[in-house]
Amino acid sequence: MEKIFSRLSWFSATTVLLVLLATLYVLYVQAKPAIDAYGWKFILDPRWGVEVAIDEQGREIPRDEFFHTEENAAGSMVLDEDGIPMEDETETGQADLERNAEAGVTIKEIYGGLVPIVGSVLSTLIAMAFSIPIAMGIAVFLSEISIEALKTPVGVAIELLAAIPSIIYGMWGLFFFGPFIASIFGGSSVSLLVAGLVLGVMVIPFMAALSRDAINTTPDVLKESAYAVGATRFEVVKDIIFPYAKTGILGSIIISLGRALGETMAVAFVIGGVYQLAEHVTDPTISIPVALANNFAESSGLSLAALYYLAFILFVVSFVIIFLAKEFLLRRAKV
Amino acid sequence: MNLQNRRLFYNRVFSVLSIGTALLGLIFLGWIIVTLVIKGTEAMSLDLFTTDLINNGLRNLLWGQFVLSILATVLAIPIGMLAGIWLQEYGNHTKFATFIRDLSDVMMSAPSIVIGTFVYAILVVPVGHANGWAGIVALAILMLPIVVRTTDDMLGLIPRELREAGVALGIPKYRIILDIIIRGAKVGIMTGLLLAFARIVGETAPLLYTSGTSQYWTTNLNETFPSLTVSIYNLATHPQEEMVKLGWAGALILAVFVLALNIIGRYLVRKKH
Repeated sequence: MEKIFSRLSWFSATTVLLVLLATLYVLYVQAKPAIDAYGWKFILDPRWGVEVAIDEQGREIPRDEFFHTEENAAGSMVLDEDGIPMEDETETGQADLERNAEAGVTIKEIYGGLVPIVGSVLSTLIAMAFSIPIAMGIAVFLSEISIEALKTPVGVAIELLAAIPSIIYGMWGLFFFGPFIASIFGGSSVSLLVAGLVLGVMVIPFMAALSRDAINTTPDVLKESAYAVGATRFEVVKDIIFPYAKTGILGSIIISLGRALGETMAVAFVIGGVYQLAEHVTDPTISIPVALANNFAESSGLSLAALYYLAFILFVVSFVIIFLAKEFLLRRAKV
Repeated sequence: MNLQNRRLFYNRVFSVLSIGTALLGLIFLGWIIVTLVIKGTEAMSLDLFTTDLINNGLRNLLWGQFVLSILATVLAIPIGMLAGIWLQEYGNHTKFATFIRDLSDVMMSAPSIVIGTFVYAILVVPVGHANGWAGIVALAILMLPIVVRTTDDMLGLIPRELREAGVALGIPKYRIILDIIIRGAKVGIMTGLLLAFARIVGETAPLLYTSGTSQYWTTNLNETFPSLTVSIYNLATHPQEEMVKLGWAGALILAVFVLALNIIGRYLVRKKH
């Protein structure tokens, strides 16, 4: 009996490892066609769902050169309702393709990951730039400035807000915050900027609660000594609390960053879902999780593999960020 | 400006900035809550709880979300708790345990949509269509690391002497764990499980294409299963005003439920101390 129990519990612990390995493996296998087809250049290619011609040596024939005879037919692009560029396949275009196939030219669909990757990175950066000062303000306010009577209720409210499902932040962003931001900065009410800010608002409670806990670990003796030699509150926070709680605060920022990077629902409503690099922050674009959420179910073949490629990248990146953060911060904490 | 005035000035600026940012943050968060309550209560009625989505109600969605989350919990708890027990009681301080602990923490931050794509590949593609089981597995995978962490942490709080007392009585180790250690950590573990449940109940991304959602009442997990969160996502972008209102009502119910679970969890913790 004892043996069964210990075996069972060991096996359960190993399940965690197995699930993780299985996820990595399945994502990799599913992404394999796209990895084979595009290689690492995938992450630098801004095109999504564009057909290009490949000559016998496997080189791409520039678009205008290939389609020069059929400018009007095959060269015109239309956007379908999801904003994915679709080829206008007319009969003359088809004839053109067949003629080229005889000459050793093949048609290849290109899916590049640059747009979602840039969208993810930029929206996360905006979110961090927006949320870090506010979350730090709340954390310092809660631990140092506020009167006692406010600390608990505000603190509890912040923690409860961190538990609200992200889809609610998304809905609020779509119906209220997006139009509000658009009325200030111009542009569309779904944009990179709105997505970043909604993400920021979403991680504020989480980051603030974790940072406050880190700040609260500073021993009172240290603070009191500083006050005793005449330090102002600002100097205590700057020179005593922040250096002491540095690792904890950094940790809270990095975990929040991981959350923002992988967040789907808060962003899906407000980023626009268009495969297009944002020229201005007020332009709509797309991020990796939103690409997965919007296009996964109706994709197949290479486009599905490309989405898995994106999922694989996202998984590995967030894995590495959290793992490095843990290692780095733990090592710092030990010193 | 002399040194003292400058220091006082900086201090003043800092205090104002800190209070200002704190206020700004609270204003945003208050704004969300107020809109949620106003928009949600506008569409709220008792009929929502007695009719299905096909008749502009939410009954089947609430049921579906609840079933998916409960079954995911049933799946994740035994595995997660046993894993936590192994980490703390058997493998503690070994390299492998540290490794699993780290992995589990990392998995806790894994993007939930990626878990959805993984489950889609293994459970939806072979079946050919979205099904309730896939949704359950996706939620369970999300919940697993939280359960592991909770159990691990709570067992770690049990004093060594209790274990030694058990050993001295000649009780086999698994009975020590089940009868002494788990019993001692019961409240903490229950609270952690409650909070873990609260966290997966509001998940949308992993359900999008695993369970999908349905307009009808169903108890058949082999078919597309109704999910409140996925339906809220669809309803919110629906062109009809009525449907959007229904989405807000669903969002309010979900938020109230999740917050209630969190408050109960908090209350349990406080009662213990």
